[in-house]
Amino acid sequence: MATEKTQASDVISGEWNVRYNYSVGKVAGTFFDALKERKILATKSSKSGISYLPPRAYCERSFEPCDEWVEAGHEGVIEAATIVSAAFEHLPPPPYAIAYVRLDGIDTAMINFVRNLDMSDVGAAMEKLKPGTRVRVEFIDDPKGEVTDFHYVL
Amino acid sequence: MSPQQVAVIGTGQTVFKKHHDDKTYVELVQDATLAALADAKMTPDEIDAVVFSMAPTEFAGIHDIEKWSVDSIFGAGKPLMRVHTGGATGGSALHAGYTHVASGLFRNVLVVGADRVAETPDAQHILNLIWDRFYEFDFALNTVTMTALSTQRQMARYGTTEEQFARVVVRARANALKNPYAHLKGKITVEDVMNSPAVAWPYKLFDCCPRSSGGAAMVLTTLDGAREKCASPAFINGVGATTSTVFQGDKTGPKADVEYADLAELEIAGKEAYAQAGITDPKKQIQVAELYDPFSSMQFPQLESLGFCERGEAPALSDAGAFDLGSDLTVSPSGGSLCTNPIGVTGLVRAIEAANQVMQRAGDMQVSGVRNAVATAIGGSAQFYTASVFGADHL
Repeated sequence: MATEKTQASDVISGEWNVRYNYSVGKVAGTFFDALKERKILATKSSKSGISYLPPRAYCERSFEPCDEWVEAGHEGVIEAATIVSAAFEHLPPPPYAIAYVRLDGIDTAMINFVRNLDMSDVGAAMEKLKPGTRVRVEFIDDPKGEVTDFHYVL
Repeated sequence: MSPQQVAVIGTGQTVFKKHHDDKTYVELVQDATLAALADAKMTPDEIDAVVFSMAPTEFAGIHDIEKWSVDSIFGAGKPLMRVHTGGATGGSALHAGYTHVASGLFRNVLVVGADRVAETPDAQHILNLIWDRFYEFDFALNTVTMTALSTQRQMARYGTTEEQFARVVVRARANALKNPYAHLKGKITVEDVMNSPAVAWPYKLFDCCPRSSGGAAMVLTTLDGAREKCASPAFINGVGATTSTVFQGDKTGPKADVEYADLAELEIAGKEAYAQAGITDPKKQIQVAELYDPFSSMQFPQLESLGFCERGEAPALSDAGAFDLGSDLTVSPSGGSLCTNPIGVTGLVRAIEAANQVMQRAGDMQVSGVRNAVATAIGGSAQFYTASVFGADHL
């Protein structure tokens, strides 16, 4: 079928709108409840000795359930960081800084925003976010039981 | 039970660009299918099974788009499966096709797919959706930011500079000048890369791949099938793959089992592929590496993971021209994923380019004297890793 379409650049526009309700479960529920009390709880496997943030129900390294809760320190060390300068749809307006931080007493790093950072000179700001840098946790005034209840500050 | 020999006897690609306004998705995937079948000197009825290579279908905007594609790729009446491991999809689809033939269950297998990443205006919004809603989604993770994070760690660990990444982009765009299918190509300078708009530190715009549209396909067969149809097939002599946790923060700290900055999982996949293929000294035995490198920082840790140099050595070697066209190891003679990234088939394109080099069918991109080539693919939250070794000689 030879078609000589003249309007070859024509498009049909569409949009997807899908709503969800995500089941929280016991592990995330315990974590979120603790956030309301300004506590960050990690799970730990007594078999492997590894403590996890974000908390896991199961330790993939030992193939055993995580059987302990441990409270993370409110300070930690940057393992990786970036400052985002470009705008993406449905993501925060730039600039913003994010970092994987390993909180004291915990074996894995958890991502969050780094707030209160002067990002007028991105290169200079990145100098302050090098791996190994100590940061601390800061909670919002009225924790709601969500992961965004806290963030990191230098 | 040892696997049957598996050979690549035909490959096909469409031109890759931002939009193919003159075709629908299924017409694009059919173009790739027809090109690969013609290259293999095969008719559709000779294909025994189909593996469909397609990553998130939210870019193209038709959910589970393999269903729409069945009639366009001669899939009706045959076993067909879709494979999806994010950016690694094409590598995993190749491995599935390989396994179909290696098992002895199928003789001729078509591995095919297409993507249209720019059909929606912001791919990074969709990529953010792969992270869980409880812990990580809220922090703007996407493929740009997740690789920027590991790159910052890479730079701190090894002292790699933004200019060293920029040289990778310059080389890739220049290589792509010889690739009739490449999306971005041209003579650019380190300054051009350094002066392009900031995206996520250390990335500037030119450190990042484009959002590409296009299709790719490959025909696999047995040793007997190859002897009947093809004078110079590429044998798939090694397939290695491994998978990691979604939580990238687990790859840091003293108890980590792999290092976040190193793409260290690829070392595991590479060693497996090399062991199968009898590669004991990759520097001497492999002439071409087609790397999955949608960001400029992803070549160095892969070259190190694949044993072409020690950890931290790749940047200086790159500066010295060690990975340029015609050197002992030519890296991504096609221009790689930095120049062309149709996500659902990017890994398959790496495999096609590696196989074409071994088959001496790479056109203007052909590197002389290629006996073995390696192709990689990486996907998910830095999770899925494949390495595939193609050889001019079978095992």
